[in-house]
Amino acid sequence: MTPHTPSKHQLERTAYRRRQTVRSVLVAALSTGVLGTLLVVAVTGAPGWERVRASFLDLDIARDAFPAVLTGLWLNVRLLVFCAVGALALGLLIALLRTLRGPVFFPVRALATGYTYTFRGLPLIIVLYVLTLGVPGLRLQGMPSVLVLGGAALVLTYGGYLAEVFRAGIESVHPSQLAAARSLGLTYRQTMRHVVLPQAVRRVAPPLLNDTVALQKDVGLVSLAGPIDAVRAAQIATAETFNYTPYILAGVLFVLLAIPLIAVTDWVTLRAARRQAGG
Amino acid sequence: MARPSTTVTRLAATAAVLVALTGCAPEEPTPTATGTPAGGSTCTKESLPTRTAGKLTIGTDDPAYEPWFSGNDPTNGEGFESAVAYAIAEKLGYAKEDVVWTRVRFDNAIAPGPKEFDFDINQFSITDARKQAVDFSSPYYKVRQTVIALKSSKIAGAASLADLRDAKLGAQVGTTSYSAITELVKPSSQPQVYNTNDDAKKALQNGQIDGLVVDLPTAFYITAAEITDAKIVGQVPQVGVPEMFGLVLDKGSALTGCVSTAVDDLSRAGTLTELEKKWLAQVAGAPELT
Repeated sequence: MTPHTPSKHQLERTAYRRRQTVRSVLVAALSTGVLGTLLVVAVTGAPGWERVRASFLDLDIARDAFPAVLTGLWLNVRLLVFCAVGALALGLLIALLRTLRGPVFFPVRALATGYTYTFRGLPLIIVLYVLTLGVPGLRLQGMPSVLVLGGAALVLTYGGYLAEVFRAGIESVHPSQLAAARSLGLTYRQTMRHVVLPQAVRRVAPPLLNDTVALQKDVGLVSLAGPIDAVRAAQIATAETFNYTPYILAGVLFVLLAIPLIAVTDWVTLRAARRQAGG
Repeated sequence: MARPSTTVTRLAATAAVLVALTGCAPEEPTPTATGTPAGGSTCTKESLPTRTAGKLTIGTDDPAYEPWFSGNDPTNGEGFESAVAYAIAEKLGYAKEDVVWTRVRFDNAIAPGPKEFDFDINQFSITDARKQAVDFSSPYYKVRQTVIALKSSKIAGAASLADLRDAKLGAQVGTTSYSAITELVKPSSQPQVYNTNDDAKKALQNGQIDGLVVDLPTAFYITAAEITDAKIVGQVPQVGVPEMFGLVLDKGSALTGCVSTAVDDLSRAGTLTELEKKWLAQVAGAPELT
């Protein structure tokens, strides 16, 4: 065995590739720089820029509003965790009920289908109003707090969306997988548990997490029933100062909150793709 | 090999589009100033150019509601606004029998055009938009924030702000009512905030909040007409920038200055505060919480 020495052609090819990489990075940097400069000039050069900056980007006001907005955001985070878990569990359950086989399960399938149709069609605001201001009007013993009722409204609505995502995943698993599993002697439940669901969930992980990011923004709507979330805190601060900076502050905090979720989504997708490719 | 020419062309095209967009930036409008009405000369019954010489014609709506008027009869001097109207008339030198009342719809009174009255008293909030169409006198009443609760509520009998500390209070977002909770009552639990007073009233009916803070005129309306098993707990001290009620006069009326002077005098003498105490706090049952 002689030690490996790249041929002249190979060396040329490597050098060429390196040059191409350097060039593409330079071009990307240049075009980004040009675009950024033009945008900055376009925005800050506008005649109303000073007024916009004063009413949307006032650091002092942002500093004053920060504690209240952060307190509100803590409510968003707590609600998000509970509602996400609840909606994922409910969605999976409904999807399993919708994919049951056999005529005896028709009523179950019909109920599950009716549920997804109804709650995907109903505007979230209406579900929230009915649950947070309508249900307490019954004056029943042991009525849960507004937060619990609002969380239930979110779980019901998002459970409908997630159920459809799960169902798409379950139905995307090739029938031959099912047939193979059954021929090995697995029961329907075992097939679902060990063969179908792992593949299904992995396939639809990105849209599941996507809906979770959407839920993160919608949990704040519970504020219509009284609790103060981040956006509501910003609204109150805005009403006191006639300045919209608190909204921008809340927006930035929401994006920062979403970044970890989105990063996880991307990583899960990438890992799934690599595994599928068998690399 | 890459062709730099295409890259350069693309960059140039992008730049051209952006420059074109920047070129479309809107023009800066110039603000315009508005004038302010001037005061009158001497303010005596003989020199005032009223609609009927020697008489003062005062307008209000029909029906005229409690507690601003009593029994839909503005001539009896009972109710806060009737009492204020007669106090102003007296200040200008008109005896009780020189005052003539006329009934004018609320909307018509603040619409532009000639007026049937010398001034109109009907809980008109002073706003810049209305100032375009009519003249306002100095404010004769600054709206107070008020706590209302169901008669069965634990705070129904509260007599001071301290009695409200442990209550769950609600208010509409971005209002003086909300500021009243956070700055004056400072309750131990976070206040509940609603998009509209309708949502807040529903929460009050459901028992989700112990008390609701609204302005006094709204409180009278809610407890009288909308939620009859609710009552006024009491008025809280003045907070923030309150709404103010002013008398409505014809745009550019020669009386505006004199009427404003009369209102200011009554205000300085404490007469308006006394009338407020008598007709709103005592007779109408909205005690003051301190």
